[in-house]
Amino acid sequence: MIGLLVSGITFAAQNALDPAGPLAGRINSLTRVMIYLLSAIFIIVMIVLAIAAFRRQRHTTPEPEPHNAVIPPQHDREQRLSHTVTAGVLLSVAILFVLLVSSFLIGHKVFTSPDRSNALIIEVNGRQWWWDVRYDHPVPSQIVTTANEIHIPVGRPIVLRLGSNDVIHSFWVPNLHGKMDMIPGRTQEFALQADRPGVFRGQCAEYCGHQHAHMALLVIAEPEDQFNAWYQAQLQPAPAPSTASQINGQKVFLSKPCVMCHRIQGTDAGGRLGPDLTHVASRQTIAAGTLNNSREHLSQWIQNSQDVKPGNRMPPIPVNGNDLNSLLDYVQSLK
Amino acid sequence: MEARKEQSQVEKQAAVAVPVEREERLHEALEKTWGDQPGLWGYLRSVNHKTVGKRFIITAFAFFILAGILAALMRIQLSRPENKFLGPDLYNQIFTMHGTTMMFLFAVPMMEAMAVYLVPLMVGTRSIAFPRLNAFGYWIYLFGGIMVFVAFLLNSGPDAGWFSYVPLAGPAYSPGKRVDFWAQLITFTEVSALVVATEIITTIFKLRAPGMTLNRIPLYVWAVLVMAFMVFFAMPTIALASTALILDRLVSTHFFNPAEGGDPILWQHLFWFFGHPEVYIIFIPATGFISAIIPTFVRRPIFGYTALVLSLISTGFIGFGLWVHHMFATGLPRLGQGFFTAATMMVVIPSAIQIFCWIATIWAGRPIFKTPLIFVLGFFFIFVLGGMTGVMQASSPVNLQVHDTYFVVAHFHYVLIGGSVFPLFGALHYWFPKFTGRMLDERLGKITFWLMFIGFNLAFFPMHILGFKGMPRRVYTYQNLPGWATLNLLASIGAFTLAFGVLVFLINFFRSRKRGAVAGNNPWNAGTLEWATTSPPPSYNFLHIPTVAGRDTLWTQPPDQPVVVGLKTDVRQVLVTKMLDGEPDHIEEFPKPTLWPLIAAITTTGLFIGSIFTPWAVVWGSIPVAISLIGWFWPKEKQSEERAPREVKERLARRQQTEGGTA
Repeated sequence: MIGLLVSGITFAAQNALDPAGPLAGRINSLTRVMIYLLSAIFIIVMIVLAIAAFRRQRHTTPEPEPHNAVIPPQHDREQRLSHTVTAGVLLSVAILFVLLVSSFLIGHKVFTSPDRSNALIIEVNGRQWWWDVRYDHPVPSQIVTTANEIHIPVGRPIVLRLGSNDVIHSFWVPNLHGKMDMIPGRTQEFALQADRPGVFRGQCAEYCGHQHAHMALLVIAEPEDQFNAWYQAQLQPAPAPSTASQINGQKVFLSKPCVMCHRIQGTDAGGRLGPDLTHVASRQTIAAGTLNNSREHLSQWIQNSQDVKPGNRMPPIPVNGNDLNSLLDYVQSLK
Repeated sequence: MEARKEQSQVEKQAAVAVPVEREERLHEALEKTWGDQPGLWGYLRSVNHKTVGKRFIITAFAFFILAGILAALMRIQLSRPENKFLGPDLYNQIFTMHGTTMMFLFAVPMMEAMAVYLVPLMVGTRSIAFPRLNAFGYWIYLFGGIMVFVAFLLNSGPDAGWFSYVPLAGPAYSPGKRVDFWAQLITFTEVSALVVATEIITTIFKLRAPGMTLNRIPLYVWAVLVMAFMVFFAMPTIALASTALILDRLVSTHFFNPAEGGDPILWQHLFWFFGHPEVYIIFIPATGFISAIIPTFVRRPIFGYTALVLSLISTGFIGFGLWVHHMFATGLPRLGQGFFTAATMMVVIPSAIQIFCWIATIWAGRPIFKTPLIFVLGFFFIFVLGGMTGVMQASSPVNLQVHDTYFVVAHFHYVLIGGSVFPLFGALHYWFPKFTGRMLDERLGKITFWLMFIGFNLAFFPMHILGFKGMPRRVYTYQNLPGWATLNLLASIGAFTLAFGVLVFLINFFRSRKRGAVAGNNPWNAGTLEWATTSPPPSYNFLHIPTVAGRDTLWTQPPDQPVVVGLKTDVRQVLVTKMLDGEPDHIEEFPKPTLWPLIAAITTTGLFIGSIFTPWAVVWGSIPVAISLIGWFWPKEKQSEERAPREVKERLARRQQTEGGTA
């Protein structure tokens, strides 16, 4: 079972030190400067300490009896030490000041709200334990709703409007930017931008209960035209079932508890508690990045979601063999 | 009257050897007055600061072991991806219990416990101030700790993390009583911490030996003084916050409910206004251990006493201005981020001063590499590294990447284990002879150090890298992402090596307690007053209250340093001195052993635990609490001499030192 879960999942990039966008890039350069500089300071301090502790004493006296071995401080020696320590402190203050100013300057760039004229606005809502994604548009028919996967066009600034429907989550895709908490009762704007195409993985970064560990998302950065094609596909209602099995599968879906929570546009299923499944088959993973989106995993998830992701909000759905096959046929047709 | 007159006479015995017989009679009289009564009855009634202090230390260490076992369980679970050893429900309870226990039941109480034992000895007095309150502080802490572990064993352990962020910890997302046990544990420990802080401050300000002016106080005592003041200002905030949380959960107030106008961010501000000073509350006393150990083992007075004291005090102040750096990812205004970035970087400066002064002391000294000093050297390595990652996180842009990841887990274990646990182990090796009268085994001590040091770095260094690779903290498992499995396995191996080091310490402890070499009064030839009395110290601490002529008293005092005489031996008299210059002020009579602190702790526990289940417990539970407090404060029928006149100054007499430093 474990092997089954682990095998066959190909993971997207996830590394704060491998930036794929201007924001993560700036943070990365500051981080690296700090790592090098502070490592050097650490090494110097350790060398000084080692010399202090292990240097050969110039005392000519033999090892004295411990009882009377207290070394009385000598005035000029204390003076010299005092000057050295003062110099060390002043140097530390200077270095800290440099780091502080560079931190301000980088912060100024990183936290500035992006140029909204050209920005793509995406609403992301944290849910226990998945991501509700909605592409905003002034025209209601142009709004796209999806889950756990965010497609973005390369090179275009994105404004995320982050919120939460239950507890605090935190949106974090390390290759693209730092993190921003998603706080119930608030909407926070957060910039994002990718400079190269790629699939970037992120994971909820604020402890949010049972399945905090399995609350991942993918950001798929692709060239503008690919993105537009994807967007147009997402705007369509779910394709109508075409084979007998798919037709039966849809019937199973609509007659089982599935409809209480999930929405499939173009059908009667209009639940909003779980992820929108209109184009679920077009997504790479299911259960918020827990499993690769394959027939096997879907079947596992539908029947034993509590084994795969204990404590998640989806109850196990009892479906017998034939109906299960039909249901899987149908769900897999939701491209 | 007659007796009193005789007592207040000035004794002059300069240059005359003290008659041994007289000393013995004095010892017997003082032992009769100050000693604990035998048996269970005496055990429950004891108010002696050393008895209570030892209990405190052992209890805190027991919680350290328990929390360590929980950590070991977590490291087993995380040793490979998608492990099924622990499910999310149990894991979340375990990590919450680990953090809560380490912070509230180990670190703060342990630091206070060491102070309860050591401070009266180091300032040269017979008892801690408010000894009954001290006993109460211990019992209430013990009961709170037992409560939360019983809850955990009954599958009601808190599971919302040690900082219990709302709304996750609120009534809607944490039904049941789990979080209530957490919130009440906070109440228990904050009561305990506040009463102990009161005693420590009073002891340091008013019970110092004559001549111990402010600028002669040992640095360890300065450190716990700053800690106690920080407890004073930090604990009320968490008291407010946890009470509001209990009210939200128990009687449906809406302090933190955004739907009703409450604010989850308010919780974070209140929690971290306590939570950040908390780490200094743990770290500052540890700097005191270091400042006590280094001079003894490099055989010279500390370099930069005044700078070190001022660093401690400024850390105490700046420590209250940093809390928002735990909240950079909540979307603060940029000005706020800038301010708290600057404040956080500023707190590095006093720490840097301390580090440099210690290194200068070592430089100018002649190090003797005994276990306590080796632990201090280990501290330098780990803590300075942790300080460097701290500087990185102070920068708000970098913080956005590393916040709430394993990088942070690595950082705070580097500063807390490095900054507190390593000095603490040094301190335990250092003062063990004083506590027990026997030496710990040096060889086992060094094995302990190396296992802990290597294990620690192996366990926590890889976590820095895991953080950059995107591993969030507080995950019960992780997927097989590139590099994660190996680094986590390394961390698990390191954690077990570290645990093994602690095990060796325990073996050393139990072996040496009975069979260790006899220590004598001052086995390390240290300079502070606790080494002037026998090991272990008698119930009354000092046969004669010493007087102090300089820092590192035992190193600087002339052979005919005077001692205080004239304190009665048949009642518990303590000399009270003036706050600044340590001039004798008056004599205070201290209470005898009593059961009331235990009774008050039991009734208070009843109220606290009852109020987890019903708000009426606060009403009905207050009646037994009131009864026990009335009993506690019932005036004594016969007042003995309450306050001696102020001529105690005249009672100082010159007296020659007896051999072995018993003054």
